[in-house]
Amino acid sequence: MNEKAKMVDIYIMGKRYQVPEGLTIMQALEYAGYQLIRGVGCRGGFCGACATVYQVKGDPQLKYDLACQTVVQPNTYLVQIPFFPAEKATYDLEELEPTVEQILEAYPDLAKCFGCNTCTKSCPQDLEVMWFMSDALRGDISEVANKSFDCVMCGLCAARCPQGIVPYNIALLCRRLQGRYLAPRTKHLEDRLAEIKAGKFDAELEELENMSEDELRRRYAERDIEAA
Amino acid sequence: MYPAGMEERIAKVEATRERRLKEAFPRITLDEKTPLLRVFHPDYVDGAMREVLVGPNKGDCTPNELADLLEGNSRINPDEINLEAIDYDVDVLVIGGGGAGASAALLAQEQGANVLLATKLRLGDANTVGAQAGTQAADRPNDSPAIHYMDVMGGGGFTNIPELVEALVKDAPEVIQWLEQLGVIWDKEPDGSLHELSGGGASRRRLHSARDYTGLEEMRVLRDEVRNRQIDVLEFAPVVELILDDKGQAAGAVLMNLETREMSLVRAKAVVIATGGGGRLHYQDYPTTNHYGATADGLIIAYRAGAKLIFIDTMQYHPTGVAYPQQIVGQLITEKVRTLGAQLTNIDGEQFIHQLDTRDVVASAIIRECRERGKGLVTSTGQPGVWLDSPMIDIIRGKGTILRELPAMYRQFKRFDIDMTEEPILAYPTLHYQNGGILINADAATEIPGLFAAGEVEGGVHGRNRLIGNSTLDILVFGRRAGRSAGQWAKKAKLGSPSLDHVRRWQNQLKKTGLASTRPISPKLLPDYTRHGQTVGV
Repeated sequence: MNEKAKMVDIYIMGKRYQVPEGLTIMQALEYAGYQLIRGVGCRGGFCGACATVYQVKGDPQLKYDLACQTVVQPNTYLVQIPFFPAEKATYDLEELEPTVEQILEAYPDLAKCFGCNTCTKSCPQDLEVMWFMSDALRGDISEVANKSFDCVMCGLCAARCPQGIVPYNIALLCRRLQGRYLAPRTKHLEDRLAEIKAGKFDAELEELENMSEDELRRRYAERDIEAA
Repeated sequence: MYPAGMEERIAKVEATRERRLKEAFPRITLDEKTPLLRVFHPDYVDGAMREVLVGPNKGDCTPNELADLLEGNSRINPDEINLEAIDYDVDVLVIGGGGAGASAALLAQEQGANVLLATKLRLGDANTVGAQAGTQAADRPNDSPAIHYMDVMGGGGFTNIPELVEALVKDAPEVIQWLEQLGVIWDKEPDGSLHELSGGGASRRRLHSARDYTGLEEMRVLRDEVRNRQIDVLEFAPVVELILDDKGQAAGAVLMNLETREMSLVRAKAVVIATGGGGRLHYQDYPTTNHYGATADGLIIAYRAGAKLIFIDTMQYHPTGVAYPQQIVGQLITEKVRTLGAQLTNIDGEQFIHQLDTRDVVASAIIRECRERGKGLVTSTGQPGVWLDSPMIDIIRGKGTILRELPAMYRQFKRFDIDMTEEPILAYPTLHYQNGGILINADAATEIPGLFAAGEVEGGVHGRNRLIGNSTLDILVFGRRAGRSAGQWAKKAKLGSPSLDHVRRWQNQLKKTGLASTRPISPKLLPDYTRHGQTVGV
């Protein structure tokens, strides 16, 4: 990424800049002189802050990606979507049940989905958004949770939905219902919590805390290690 | 696909794979560990650290970049601020919107407190979302909080503060249950038992995961809960100074609107700092896995208010940052890749360290392999690296394991046309974590009355080296403790008159020592990766 690299043209909100080839979209914006405040976050593909819509000259199709994870193409027109006022239902998870009725009560617009698949096409994680919206409509919460699990909540699906549906928030509600109500309970976790409450480990922890460093080192070196 | 020159090198890794699948490479002993760290760990590089010249840690060593900011000039002139013109009047102010801040806000509100959460970027923009491998908690029958305690102490070089480690390991199972009740989906077996893996320096399988999106899953749920409980959140509003009262108690903060630069004032009976670490300061020019906002702001404001810091001379360099492709150099390759069986090899396809030794050890060994032994591979941009033999995972654990357990990693490399199920990936250490920070006790209280700290910004829990899966645990355990403590403190706190005298005294001291004219303004708030800045940011 040195200064001698071949330069390519990019357009930020329509204005032309020259940047070295091979940069990510985010690095290109910064090279052009923008110290970003919006549209930047973890820079590792997890936070969804840098959702970007772009078009390459000569190709009318809009493209959707995360700016931190995508190499900028020559003659790209970039549009950052730093904020979109997507609706989020307010609910008390403790008072919900894992049913389609509850999902529709929180997000009634879900019923208006006409299957255009724009959400899926706009997902930078390549998730099957329209399919998990149809799972949600059928009340198959586990399937929504499974298919939507890698969602970074960038919001592009909601920004592009012609019916005003908010797929990423609907999927979040479904995942929380899955974790709270549908995932199988864990006996060994409950047992351990009871043991801790009963003070089972207190004496041993106290002994370790007051142990000399030499003795602690000796015990550490001798401890058995379970296979990974 | 790699460029042709690199493709040829991969043949050497493939050639030794069958032998290595049966080979048991020894773990390092405590006696071998110290000399390896002393020579090759970045903490010990000559000239990379210096003594801090003013403040509570005067005389202690810390990276040059952090020392400059700790000694920095305030962003405000106290004489220009009218402390009577309060914009927000609350019981508890939480600074920072990651996992620790969100947990603290929820628990403080449960204590009946009126809570304001202020954060520099968006709620959830934090290192939490990038945490992949999991959260440690000793809840399997062959494990115990005591065994977890021993692992934590050993990983930290036996320097950790015992009461903080006790809190960490004892609260851990409860935190796992708390998150599940909030709707976090843990990886589980069909019978409900938790699907737990091990990691570097852990002697039991106790990493609770959500594929390799663990931190993201935790943050998505915590953020949603903060919103559902209608806790007030101010985004793009970093704190630039704390406000104390005339008795020296925490009494609020000065916030800056990051876009308009307008200042506003918060009066609060208790303050929680949960601002994370400082990877974006790029110590020794290392790339980092950290979030864009990780500029150590919380350390700066707490230090200026008189809080003592601890272990500020030790940073964690994650052994496996991406070394190729260039666009994502320094981004995280989760340790879970090694947990699942991928070994590290040099350019000859030979192992040189057990892949599940502690992070300080593995990072040092990689640096030694590349620098001293000349057995690393150097890419066309001059970036050194060693191989992480990812295809071993599906060989050992069955085809489809990578796609199931590591979808984020698979996606990250696939975006650059590299298939990690078929070919190894290239890795080199990257700046990852601030082992130390603000000194706290088990209630997450700092030495300043009414000021609490949680998560990466505090220190002592992890000693000189944190283990895998203990940072997401730290933010939850101490985030909850800080929120609870702050909520309780706020109930009985009697605020005196608000004051910025500590900032006046600080600036006077900088003038007297001649530092005022040579030190930057801090907190830094954002890194500068523009063309006229020095580096291309990853």
